[in-house]
Amino acid sequence: MTAAAGEATTVRPDVVFEARQVTKRYGHVTALDGCDFELRAGEVVAVVGDNGAGKSTLIKALSGAVVPDEGEILIDGRPARFHSPLDARRHGIETVYQDLAVAPALDIASNLFLGRELRRAGPLGRWLRLLDKRAMRREAERHMNELQIGLRSMTNAVEDLSGGQRQGVAVARAAAFASRLVIMDEPTAALGVRESGQVLDLIRRIRDRGLPVILISHNMPQVFEVADRIHIQRLGRRVAMVSPAERTMSEVVAIMTGALPGTEQAAPADLEPPAEPAP
Amino acid sequence: MMATQPTGVPAGLARAGVAARQALSPSALGPLAALLLACVFFSLRSDRFLTGGNLSLVVQQVMVVGTLAIGQTMVILSAGIDLSNGAVMAFGNIVLTKLAVDSGLNVYLAIALGLLACGAFGALNGTLVTAIRLPPFIVTLGTLSIAFALTHIYSNEQTVSGLPSQLTWLGNTFRLGQTDITYGSVLMIGLFGLTWYVLSQTAAGRHLYAVGNSPEAARLSGIRTRRVLLSVYTVAGLIYGIAALLLVSRTGVGDPNAGQTDNLDSITAVVLGGTSLFGGRGSVIGTLIGALIVGVIRNGLQLIGTKSIYQTLITGILVILAVAVDQVARRRQP
Repeated sequence: MTAAAGEATTVRPDVVFEARQVTKRYGHVTALDGCDFELRAGEVVAVVGDNGAGKSTLIKALSGAVVPDEGEILIDGRPARFHSPLDARRHGIETVYQDLAVAPALDIASNLFLGRELRRAGPLGRWLRLLDKRAMRREAERHMNELQIGLRSMTNAVEDLSGGQRQGVAVARAAAFASRLVIMDEPTAALGVRESGQVLDLIRRIRDRGLPVILISHNMPQVFEVADRIHIQRLGRRVAMVSPAERTMSEVVAIMTGALPGTEQAAPADLEPPAEPAP
Repeated sequence: MMATQPTGVPAGLARAGVAARQALSPSALGPLAALLLACVFFSLRSDRFLTGGNLSLVVQQVMVVGTLAIGQTMVILSAGIDLSNGAVMAFGNIVLTKLAVDSGLNVYLAIALGLLACGAFGALNGTLVTAIRLPPFIVTLGTLSIAFALTHIYSNEQTVSGLPSQLTWLGNTFRLGQTDITYGSVLMIGLFGLTWYVLSQTAAGRHLYAVGNSPEAARLSGIRTRRVLLSVYTVAGLIYGIAALLLVSRTGVGDPNAGQTDNLDSITAVVLGGTSLFGGRGSVIGTLIGALIVGVIRNGLQLIGTKSIYQTLITGILVILAVAVDQVARRRQP
């Protein structure tokens, strides 16, 4: 990348996660067109944008679900390449998906540890691969308590829970394993008002524990309620990064839809046409 | 440690109780009740039913289909279905008998190659399901025909006889008290136990349930769903190979026409055992119970002198009942 971008890293040490000039094309459709992104320590950044603005592609690029054609992703200022969601997870990035990505027939503890099961210590675990179900239940309970998710029995099947409780399980899983940040993709889309409120509380609790959160949402009141900064996405790029304290909801919607011009000036590179791939 | 959990006998008992409840997942309780009901009914109607010898016979009669049903359970838990398993077993049974008898191969090598042939068919099923993403129903319908045809081509429609004694060793018996038990029955029970352990006590088992229940959630949790499916079909194939060996030990010959309806019988056992055809729910212990239900009804009807066709009639009714219960239970879910 350019020298300017390198300098930018040194003057913004609190940026923990960053995307620069990320481009992703699907055939003739350009979903991301030199898109920037930035997340600082201890904040909730909401990503808003109209349908087709490239929100979900951006999130997929940030969480490793798609590999960008161009551009780079930096963790603590160091370039990282994600080829799969597993790569992002190894970097301590956990994602909560909108469609409640939990296995309904499995119990809470199993879902929390799905893909990361704990085994018994000693030969039982090493040679017989025996699961340590008790430890998983205990740990699950601890995480649930920490986030004040009111679930008692870790052996209940997730399908017996309400939508909000299910999302609570998904959020708790992310919070339990994320060491760097949590991405939440429309976590309240399937929920009612009261349950959405509970998830927003969870987001705040996670932030207060020191994990920054990226929140993708359509719901403007929720965004204004919980976000520290708002990333406005339009036509495959970031057009503005605003503070909810300084802008009204209608202004943000206007920028989203193009009725108001974007204010993008965070990085000089944004003002230039999309960067050519480095030779 | 001491403060948080009771020690001594009560704790041990409690733990055993928990283990028993886990082994008998709720889905297997209905089938267990049905099995016990059938046993009570036949023991009231016939003095000979509740004897060690007769019960041993029941197990012996279900050991081939029961073993096939172990593989079928794994496939169905993964939200698939395997129509090919009877034909694959017949192929394995011809491969290992022909290699041992006609080709004069070392018996154990012949057995290993028979198992391998079945495992290869399983791997083929798994590859087609995962790599080309064809529906398991279609894939295994195809491999059913392929295995059937290969069996008849390779055997030249001839039954292989004059088997070395090692091939039928599993049909031999040992005495336990007053009862003769075949080694094959023990092997089947052992396989059920092993499969129960893997499915319910290891991460691999959890992943299989997750893939069958919600492949998307499994994938997003970092489970390599295709690898899980491929191993499910491959391991199932190897289990069909063991079923082939059990078949040989029961019939004493290599019969190219064996096992033609066993695919459906194995599905029957799985469904009667409370495992959902939609995947992700059920248990292999349920399948054992399901297989025993069919065996007990067949055996009992014979003992009380009813035509065996009634066993087919009753089994049909039970299958519909079992699936109906599963459906109603699922509709109850939010």
